[in-house]
Amino acid sequence: MTNSTAKRLRPLSPNIQIYRPQLTSVLSIANRISGIVLSLYAIVLVVWLVAAATGPQAYSNVHVFMGSGVGRILLFGCSLSFFLHLCGSIRHLIWDAGFGFELRTIYASGWTVVLISSALTIIAWIVSIVLAGWNR
Amino acid sequence: MPRNLGVPSESRIEPGRTWAAPSGARRVKTFEIYRYDPDLASNPRIDTFEVDIDACGPMVLDALIWIKNTVDSTLTFRRSCREGICGSCAMNIDGTNWLACTRFIADLATPATIYPLANMRIIKDLVPDLTQAFAQYALIQPWLRSKTPPPERERLQSPEERSRLDDHYECILCFCCTSGCPSHWWNGDRFLGPAALLQANRWLVDSRDEATGERLDELEDPFRLYRCHTILNCTRTCPKGLNPGKSIANIKKMLLERRT
Repeated sequence: MTNSTAKRLRPLSPNIQIYRPQLTSVLSIANRISGIVLSLYAIVLVVWLVAAATGPQAYSNVHVFMGSGVGRILLFGCSLSFFLHLCGSIRHLIWDAGFGFELRTIYASGWTVVLISSALTIIAWIVSIVLAGWNR
Repeated sequence: MPRNLGVPSESRIEPGRTWAAPSGARRVKTFEIYRYDPDLASNPRIDTFEVDIDACGPMVLDALIWIKNTVDSTLTFRRSCREGICGSCAMNIDGTNWLACTRFIADLATPATIYPLANMRIIKDLVPDLTQAFAQYALIQPWLRSKTPPPERERLQSPEERSRLDDHYECILCFCCTSGCPSHWWNGDRFLGPAALLQANRWLVDSRDEATGERLDELEDPFRLYRCHTILNCTRTCPKGLNPGKSIANIKKMLLERRT
């Protein structure tokens, strides 16, 4: 081995670039991302409350934005993040209690989280549209 | 995901050459294999090998040996037992870590991709430097620690006490789990990783070991143990069907029970 090659740092084999995404890792990162998204929506909630405290005009502006196409997409992301984080975190609580570590159970609970959080999001939207109407 | 996304310059992977199948081969399987030669002043590359699968055995390791014997004798990889008990041929096959000797060629994608174990410094081709992994294993002191004087005969265990070592003693230290753990990718310098922690639990649950308190003290650390975020890629990838995730959860549980 020559001096020039001896000084070369050994290459690091690729990790996330080539490792296949699996239900285990995808739901883990989804739980983190949805947690971050919910923290950001806490700011939106504060803006909404401040507007309500400021006066009818300010509240109306925020209300109109929330009802717009962009606002509704943001609210949908918020509700999906909420239910995903809720279900995913309950799964983590069960693990922290020491249950559900068999590989079959890990996959069953993972798909349950995906199904239930999607269903809850859709139900929440149907219920709010039925109760409040689409144009509110 | 792009192969070189966020990769430091010395680790960037470049295109390599193609080795065509021998003439007359009827059934050909294409393998894309990570190559790195420390004697060249060049980066890692991906070589493409066309393997005559009628001329070699059924396993991925057979294909690698066929390539080494008939196509390119410089292809470098570790292997020994060829039956899943030595742990030498652990590598990243089609995106997940497994032993090359227990993975069927027939189960692979087209083209099949073969990388070394993920997130390891590479000595040559598919041979990773396991110094760090074994240092982390040594750190948990994987031997019987006793304070009482040695008995005149063996330290006896009941069948129930012995059964607590099941799903631990079978570990062959191939480091598929540690290399597949995203938390270990980002904090591998301080987080012990699933392989070492499974072994730590093996000694914690051993009825003959008398250093349980010290062992827990050594593990109670934000990085060594608690960088495990229950991603469970470890349990998903273990080629021996063991459950590092469950073992780590047991350590966390023992620490919690000690406090109350």
